[in-house]
Amino acid sequence: MATGFRPVSDARQRQMLHPQVQAWWAALDCGFAPVADVFEECLYEALTSFSKPQMEAYIEAARVIGKLGRGPEPLLAFLEEWPAVVAAIGGDQESILPEVMAAIRAMQKSPNSSSITPFLQTLAAVARRWPSADQLRVYIDVALDLMARTSGSIHGHHTTFPSPGLPELFRQAPHLASLASTAGLKNWAEYGIRNYADHPERQEDYFRLQSADSRAVLQRERHGTLFADVERKLDLYLRALWRDSDPLVPYSTAFDELRKPIPYYDKLGLRVPDVFDDFHGPGEPVSGLDRYRAVLAHMVGHRRWSRAQIADNWSPFQRMAVEFFEDCRIETLLIREYPGLRRIFLALHPHPRADACDPETTSCLRHRLAMISRALLDPAHGYSDPVLLDFVQRFHAALAVGESSTAEIAALALAYVTRTRRQSDQLAKLHFDDTVIDYRDDNRQLWQFIEQGDEEDAFDVERKLEPGEELKGLPPRHYPEWDSQSQTYRPDWVSVYEALHPSGDAAQIDRLLQKHAVLAKQLKRLLDLLKPQDRVRIRYQEDGSDLDLDTALRSLIDFKSGSTPDPRINMSHRTDGRDITVLLLLDLSESLNQKVGAGGTAGQTILELSQEAVSLLAWAIDCLGDSCAIAGFHSNTRHEVRYQHIKGFSERWDDTVKARLAAMEAGWSTRMGAALRHAGHYLAQRKADKKILLLLTDGEPADIDVSEPGHLRADAKKAVEELNTQGITTFCLSLDAKADEYVSEIFGKRWRVLDRIERLPETLPSLYLELTR
Amino acid sequence: MSDYRIHREPFYQPQGNEVTLFEAAYQARLPVMVKGPTGCGKSRFIEYMAWKLGKPLITVACNEDMTASDLVGRYLLDAGGTRWLDGPLTTAARIGAICYLDEIVEARQDTTVVIHPLTDHRRVLPLDKKGELIEAHPDFQLVISYNPGYQSLMKDLKQSTKQRFTAFDFDYPEAALETQIVARETGIDAAVATRLIKIGHVARNLKGHGLDEGVSTRLIVYAATLIRSGVEPRDACRMAMVRPITDDADIRETLDHAIDSTFV
Ligand SMILES: Nc1ncnc2c1ncn2[C@@H]1O[C@H](COP(=O)(O)OP(=O)(O)O)[C@@H](O)[C@H]1O
Ligand SMILES: [Mg+2]
Repeated sequence: MATGFRPVSDARQRQMLHPQVQAWWAALDCGFAPVADVFEECLYEALTSFSKPQMEAYIEAARVIGKLGRGPEPLLAFLEEWPAVVAAIGGDQESILPEVMAAIRAMQKSPNSSSITPFLQTLAAVARRWPSADQLRVYIDVALDLMARTSGSIHGHHTTFPSPGLPELFRQAPHLASLASTAGLKNWAEYGIRNYADHPERQEDYFRLQSADSRAVLQRERHGTLFADVERKLDLYLRALWRDSDPLVPYSTAFDELRKPIPYYDKLGLRVPDVFDDFHGPGEPVSGLDRYRAVLAHMVGHRRWSRAQIADNWSPFQRMAVEFFEDCRIETLLIREYPGLRRIFLALHPHPRADACDPETTSCLRHRLAMISRALLDPAHGYSDPVLLDFVQRFHAALAVGESSTAEIAALALAYVTRTRRQSDQLAKLHFDDTVIDYRDDNRQLWQFIEQGDEEDAFDVERKLEPGEELKGLPPRHYPEWDSQSQTYRPDWVSVYEALHPSGDAAQIDRLLQKHAVLAKQLKRLLDLLKPQDRVRIRYQEDGSDLDLDTALRSLIDFKSGSTPDPRINMSHRTDGRDITVLLLLDLSESLNQKVGAGGTAGQTILELSQEAVSLLAWAIDCLGDSCAIAGFHSNTRHEVRYQHIKGFSERWDDTVKARLAAMEAGWSTRMGAALRHAGHYLAQRKADKKILLLLTDGEPADIDVSEPGHLRADAKKAVEELNTQGITTFCLSLDAKADEYVSEIFGKRWRVLDRIERLPETLPSLYLELTR
Repeated sequence: MSDYRIHREPFYQPQGNEVTLFEAAYQARLPVMVKGPTGCGKSRFIEYMAWKLGKPLITVACNEDMTASDLVGRYLLDAGGTRWLDGPLTTAARIGAICYLDEIVEARQDTTVVIHPLTDHRRVLPLDKKGELIEAHPDFQLVISYNPGYQSLMKDLKQSTKQRFTAFDFDYPEAALETQIVARETGIDAAVATRLIKIGHVARNLKGHGLDEGVSTRLIVYAATLIRSGVEPRDACRMAMVRPITDDADIRETLDHAIDSTFV
């Protein structure tokens, strides 16, 4: 070829914009041009959420995948999808990457290497529905099991046949994940493997969800309440009834048929199963949703009222007894808060028969503890053992005056074990029937072992992109910053650089608007209602420009008939009731690059959602004719707050503005006060009845040169007060579900938290309409 | 004038030292603004203070269609020609009443400016149409209330208006007090009142997370009233405390669950 000669090794020499990216590119050691094309973009995404060691593991895994000899596709799929996978499971790369790599190696060694790419391509979609490492592990295990049992196993042929079902499984996985729990997937796959391992076509049909039995089996496995379907209700439940807002993390129930995993909580959140069937016991049935609520309530109880006990000096039996008693204590307290919980607890709690366990042959300790546990909660327990009754009475006495305590109840539990001890407790044969109380957590937080030191999790903070670009444009403006310690301003403390936002492709914004055509139509209807008619007729005026004939006649009649006529017989006209000017200020800090979790948004970043929302809002405001400006900000220490104009007050909502919006990028930190002041300075110059500063942010004020979080918060509060005295109303829409702790401190009553970030595009415009109605 | 007197002591449960503070403001005839969410007891407080101070009370519920004339007064036509009729603000200024403009932000801003001259040291009210300048009676006092909730940024007071008032910040009373209030107000027994308040708090925990304000004391009083008249508590709570405040199905289900867990 004479022209366009481009050796393969060229890609390795590719220049990346950023030196750090360049270093990672070198580490990847990759010669594929298509990978080089997108590498920078993929990496920015990873850099915003990965720690340094995570980055290293990510690139190393990518390097291995690039050397499989399967072209650029698997590597592209991995680079693009993986950060979203890690984001979906809450950052826990360490527990799942090794398994993904092992799966890839296994496929590579088998005739199934062409499934590697489909596997990687759907991983993120599956992770959004099954957002924990635990659930993904089940998914991978099911796939590997299918592969092992269906590859090359057709009569006599050797292992040269790829599994017919495997690529189909991967293709269907996101769909399957939206319908069933991990356990459901496992059972469904098991049926297909068992019945069609030797029938390639039927196997394919089965895993493609084409055959009738495949659908029927899946239908059968679609039982119970899936965590993903009730997550919001559970969040609301925790927040409303218990004032708790820790994250909920689902785990899989697919394996360990014998030893079912048990709920627990740790610093990452409350761990609950990914599905709950309705419970049909001897008592009334309990819905899956209520079972989740029981689990959450129980854990909340421990978090409120339990204190960890030193475990070292107690035997396992003693500890078990303490757990049973303490569980009952906190449940008693929970029932005090919400009496209706007793019904749910008792319906789920076994009611062992008093004579179910033979102490001559069996260790009955669990049986005794389950019985007293029942008796402690159920006034109608029906047991007659005098020792049991005595301890029930002592338990209630301890709780009669207050909450009692873990220590006091532990002492009671130990006394009970001592009092009821039997030789046979030591027997190997354990009585287990009717002793498992499955809404209770595993009580790991109840114990403290002195021998093992508490390991502190070391969090890696090295994750920032180094800002490299030069600042161009106008000289900085200086603003003061409020120092809450000394209660004084630090004069000229912050430098704000302003610039016109760079431009991108305006058509992109039109595409976004197109995507929300239905929503836009709904908004349009609202807008038409709000839109000021050019001339509004005001009737019932004493003084006015025109006589209102209707009322004039009525008054005349009143007058003639001797009653008091209404003097308001004129009408006047008013043009345009709305005189509003609004500045939309966007927090463009780095955290906006994070992808949004579950839901149908296909892993969009907050930034992308913001673009959509802002486009819709700008369009809506333009329809209304309110005057509006849009600007973004971020900061990199007090010496460099950047304020970027996206739309000026006098600009129309047109392609120039759309192009700037399309190029919106996120990076750095959030020095809110300075940005608010700068935006306020523009608003102050406007003439309008109502001046509104609408702030869209996903976190609290922060910057890398400030370690004390309260400082920037106090400064932002001050800035809001300053604006208020200038007649500017500030309102904050926060995307941080934990914002309650600080937003009201800064914004008083003028804020709202959006818990479902996916709904930003519809929320932002309707919020504006609501606020200005 | 006796029309405006309050003859029976209204039940008012103080939340703090607001009664003393209001008395002090009244002694100095300072204008007062009472801020707080809807249904938290603002109007009841003013009613009580008027009774306690032995002054007439003229209340005006403000709305968007209200004009300055509706406050100040207007000429009427009658057989003998025209006749001037004082508006409620003018009447209050003449007879020395406490004039309470309830939910003042509902009125348009060009209407609210007529109160300005009454709020500074001059304490006068010009009746432009009539060409009269009224000096307020020494007992006259102006009180306004408003809800600074964020439903609409349009409904806020001008800074120049706010700067003329002393202010009380009201909020829903804390649980024990609110329980007493509901019990006294409706005669419901304290145990039921406690549970109602509890449900109210559950809803208030969702403020800013799908609910704008939660449940007001007034709505809790409604629920208690329904229960007193024989309605099943769970139905009363759903009807008075859940359905009015939300259409969000998940939130409704959560609140319904709280009700069922509280009244068993
Ligand atoms: N401190 C209180 N003392 C007595 N009743 C109260 C108190 N707070 C609230 N209420 C009850 O709540 C209802 C609503 O109060 P109201 O004063 O009308 O609210 P607001 O004026 O703040 O909207 C009252 O009718 C009364 O039943
Ligand atoms: Mg427990």
